[in-house]
Amino acid sequence: MSALRRLSLIIVVTIAGLFFALPLLWFIFAPFNESATLAASLPEQPSLENFQEVFSNDLAMRGLLQNTPIIGIGTMVLTTLIAALAAYGLSRSNLPGRQLWTYILILFSSVVTGTASMVPIFRLVYDMGLINTHLGVILAMTGGMIPSAIFIMQDFVDGVPSSYEEAARVAGASSLQIFRDVTFPLIRPGLMVVGIWVLVNAWGAFLTPFILLRSPELLPAAVTFYRFYDDEGFPMITQIAAYAVLYTLPVLILYLLINWRYGFRFFGGIKQ
Amino acid sequence: MASVKLSNLRKVFGAVEAVAGIDLDIPNGEFVALLGPSGCGKTTTLRMIAGLEVPTSGSIHIGDQDVTTLQPRDRDVAMVFQDYALYPHMTIDDNIGYPLKVRGVSKAERSERVRDAAENLQIGNLLDRRPGQLSGGQQQRTAVARAVVHRAQVYLFDEPLSNLDAKLRLEARAFLKHLQREVGVTGIYVTHDQSEAMALADRIVIMNAGRIMQTGTPLEIYRRPANTFVATFIGNPPMNLLPCRYDKAERAIIIDEKFSIKADAFSLPASITDTKLSLGVRPEHIHIETTASPDAIEAQLYVVQPLGSESLIMVRVGEHLLSVRTFGDEVPDLPPRVWLRPDYARAFFYNSEGDLVS
Repeated sequence: MSALRRLSLIIVVTIAGLFFALPLLWFIFAPFNESATLAASLPEQPSLENFQEVFSNDLAMRGLLQNTPIIGIGTMVLTTLIAALAAYGLSRSNLPGRQLWTYILILFSSVVTGTASMVPIFRLVYDMGLINTHLGVILAMTGGMIPSAIFIMQDFVDGVPSSYEEAARVAGASSLQIFRDVTFPLIRPGLMVVGIWVLVNAWGAFLTPFILLRSPELLPAAVTFYRFYDDEGFPMITQIAAYAVLYTLPVLILYLLINWRYGFRFFGGIKQ
Repeated sequence: MASVKLSNLRKVFGAVEAVAGIDLDIPNGEFVALLGPSGCGKTTTLRMIAGLEVPTSGSIHIGDQDVTTLQPRDRDVAMVFQDYALYPHMTIDDNIGYPLKVRGVSKAERSERVRDAAENLQIGNLLDRRPGQLSGGQQQRTAVARAVVHRAQVYLFDEPLSNLDAKLRLEARAFLKHLQREVGVTGIYVTHDQSEAMALADRIVIMNAGRIMQTGTPLEIYRRPANTFVATFIGNPPMNLLPCRYDKAERAIIIDEKFSIKADAFSLPASITDTKLSLGVRPEHIHIETTASPDAIEAQLYVVQPLGSESLIMVRVGEHLLSVRTFGDEVPDLPPRVWLRPDYARAFFYNSEGDLVS
């Protein structure tokens, strides 16, 4: 009975594993296959032909190398900065019900928004004269991510006892010195986490830039995928596959780099 | 070095009055302990002196300067925190040198002074390490080194020994007292541990519910507690308080409506008007006898606790539990019925408000 159970468990897990592994296999093999289809198959003659075609596509490369980094890094810097300052303020103040406030903000910005708020956001950005600009996209996405970013950040700031800053104040440090020498290094792991989270989200964002940007030369890579169609309207699977790899690589490398360089850890120096 | 003067200092948090208007003069070079149970306002008082809390009203003077509204860095104080607050991302060298660095002391002088302070505190060989790599005792010394390195006017200590284990705490206590005597600094030391306060301080300030209950040298406070709060807070075990009645006509103290003791035995003031009193006797000032005698109080033996160099005997008088200390490593062998003979000359009376009758 128990052996049978075990066997059926293994079968179910294997099927589930394959279900999730197949797209990844396609993702690895299709870019190097000149005649790739939607089926995951080993390329008969691996080649870089697909990449060459993508590299020669000006709009696609501009989206990948210029527009996506501008939007991604811009959103990351702005969101992380605002979230850090807000989380710090919330964490160090005695505002009644501060946890409730962040929950409400998260609910209304991250959960309810997206599609539901697209029309008012479009109106707002239009009235500000920021339609078809990167700044408009950055501001709209920053607004959407700030509450969750504050929420994540606040946990890190709460974890830094205020006695560190008080010790620096008594030692004679100015506010700027305290932030530079004590607070910033201590909340750096939190800044890393929030920064990467925002970057990954902004890098992959489709809806907001799709709606707020008009000119093809301003579109980020996530939207540029839509341009890989031939004259008859069929998707060019081969180029999409190659483009997908190029599109994913920077975020993956950045994540590994930061994890290796800094790690997401806390030092500990307060006697518990 | 400088004196510290608190005048009618008050701090209110919302509906809670943490410090309820205290006055305190600390002369130059004195080491004062603020002692009290948790929530008594001692840490808030210290934080107001440091400049980390703004007083609701009242004033603080350091030397001749009114520092009530000054920022911590303009007060020239140094503080050791309960959790040490050593910056985990800096080396011990940078930690100790931080107060000098932010004050713009040159690198050469800084490194010399850090080395001096560290060697004085026997952590000179640990300067390259980080706080996380140090033991509790070494972290505590680092925190003290960071405080002494910048030669402040006043040193503030917020329960700096409470995170150490019992053995290290005794060592650190001796070392702190030695350091304080050697440097002769003005210091304010917050603790809830009476033995720490007694051992370290020139003068103890006992606080409760935001008020000062008594100020005095350790022995003054131990020998003559000004009220029942201090009487039951200081001493381990604390002073016994036995409700009693003063019979003016008979000039006698009636305990439990059973025992009558001639008032002449006590150092009782003639002017006494209260009749409802509490008799306070320290456990070490009661002698236990196995036979009845005049002026002795009959009691039932409750339990005997041998503690090595002394024994703690708990007895019942009526419904009250009293403790008696006997010294020596012999555990007394007592019958169930005993008689207590307090050292009446060292007994105190407190009125119904809890104040010493004198």
